[in-house]
Amino acid sequence: MNVLQQILYMVSATLFVLGVRFLGSPASARRGNALLMGGMGVALLTTLVFIPHFSHVALIVLVVAIGSAIGVVSARRVQMTAMPQMVALFNGLGGGAAALVAAGGTAPSGLADWLARLTMILGSVSFGGSLIAFLKLQEWLNVRPRYFLGLRVAGLVMLAMAVIDGLAGHASGSPALSVLLMLMAAVTGALLTLPIGGADMPVVISLLNGLTGLSAAATGFVLDNPLLIIAGTLVGASGTILTQQMSRAMHRSLGNVIWGQKVVESEGGGSGGPVQPITPEDVAMLLRYARKVVIVPGYGLAVARAQMEVKQVTDLLHGFGVDVLFGIHPVAGRMPGHMNVLLAEANIDYDQLWEMERINPRFRETDVVLVIGANDVTNPAARTQVGSPLYGMPILNVDHAGHVIVLKRSMGRGFAGVDNPLYGDPKTRMLFGDAKHSLGALVRELEGTA
Amino acid sequence: MSPIAELYIFVMAVLAGFQVIAKVPSILHTPLMSATNAIHGIILVGALILALSIHSGAGLVIALLAVFFATINLVGGFVVTDRILGMFRSEREVGPKS
Repeated sequence: MNVLQQILYMVSATLFVLGVRFLGSPASARRGNALLMGGMGVALLTTLVFIPHFSHVALIVLVVAIGSAIGVVSARRVQMTAMPQMVALFNGLGGGAAALVAAGGTAPSGLADWLARLTMILGSVSFGGSLIAFLKLQEWLNVRPRYFLGLRVAGLVMLAMAVIDGLAGHASGSPALSVLLMLMAAVTGALLTLPIGGADMPVVISLLNGLTGLSAAATGFVLDNPLLIIAGTLVGASGTILTQQMSRAMHRSLGNVIWGQKVVESEGGGSGGPVQPITPEDVAMLLRYARKVVIVPGYGLAVARAQMEVKQVTDLLHGFGVDVLFGIHPVAGRMPGHMNVLLAEANIDYDQLWEMERINPRFRETDVVLVIGANDVTNPAARTQVGSPLYGMPILNVDHAGHVIVLKRSMGRGFAGVDNPLYGDPKTRMLFGDAKHSLGALVRELEGTA
Repeated sequence: MSPIAELYIFVMAVLAGFQVIAKVPSILHTPLMSATNAIHGIILVGALILALSIHSGAGLVIALLAVFFATINLVGGFVVTDRILGMFRSEREVGPKS
């Protein structure tokens, strides 16, 4: 590799690391993304300038143009609630591309061939898994629990067959075996992702993201390209950290997410007193005369498309001099940080969005907490009931506040299928109904008292 | 480049990656994920090298498919990240808001 090319690749790698560093604060994040784009531009131009051969240029330009158009249009059109499936889809394509690059490389030998086969497996698993994650998040695909065990076993068998194929392919060098290897690995990814539930998706798409990163890094080893190694590894590190944080936030091990849901124990103990309903008028009065209010949003808020109503409520309360903050659990939404994006889209100031560790000490001095479409992440059983499936999960301590208002469609249970003793707490009141309607009623009441 | 030198690069990249990414707060985890998603579009470099140097046949089809996938991944990833970050606003920020 030419020295100048190496130096330009190093510039590109530096821009990648700095860009991710700038993503560390909301004020600089957009510049961070611009640095990343700059790094990518340097990388692509350098590659094109220094490449010795130029064949099929017109064809390649056409493919890049079509790909760019699809990328831009889908990225501009996608709704923020559908962001997880969009990311899953892009991620799968990246994994597929890595596998194809490894497969198409001119028959390397020895170590490089092993790495190429490993890349084909990693990239294709990510491809197949991401496509299924996309279909599940889009709710185009639903699998009954009784098939879960069979799917997992079939996935493992398929993985074993892919490994055997890899060994045979290395020995014979047959291209057909490489194609078969990618197909089997893609099916493996699909089979293993099928039984994973909607609430576990934040963990799964983090993991698949890391997997694609690693497959890009492995391609770097195959092609002797240090930039691919660095960029792919950055993504691998990000995927690993997010996977760990999401698993911890759900208090489950990664193995538990992939290999099986927690068994639901229908032991209802400690539900506390009877559930007490409340009217929108009374909620409005409570909020109007509160000093500090915290809103705890869950994915139910996005399902009800009530972000705008939430924004109206916060604006009205600000008008009354009430201090309003949002307490956001790490797994609120379908991907890491999803709820923050949904609220930012509704023009809610990001200074008001507080993460769990920061907001938890504040609940004791909070007058009213409004829980909207969140359940398990507010369940005090996670702190107190040793036998509960949620026990040990970090939660938002909403029960420490003066009053708790829970907006809920009905008395259904959360994803974990566990009773929430919060609802029977003497200081909790339930505002039943669709979140959008309830909040709309609340807005009208608050406007009436203005 | 020797495999050992590449291994060094890999290990250093792991360390640097953990350092910078651990500092990203959870409020920005979605853009972090979509941005890193775009970064692995770097595979387009590999796909282009492959497509530009291969002569014909099945290899070309594979290479062009890789270019196609990688381009969507890269372009879509950056555009969507920029769109997400454009929504994060604060009253503390000085100057006009776009």
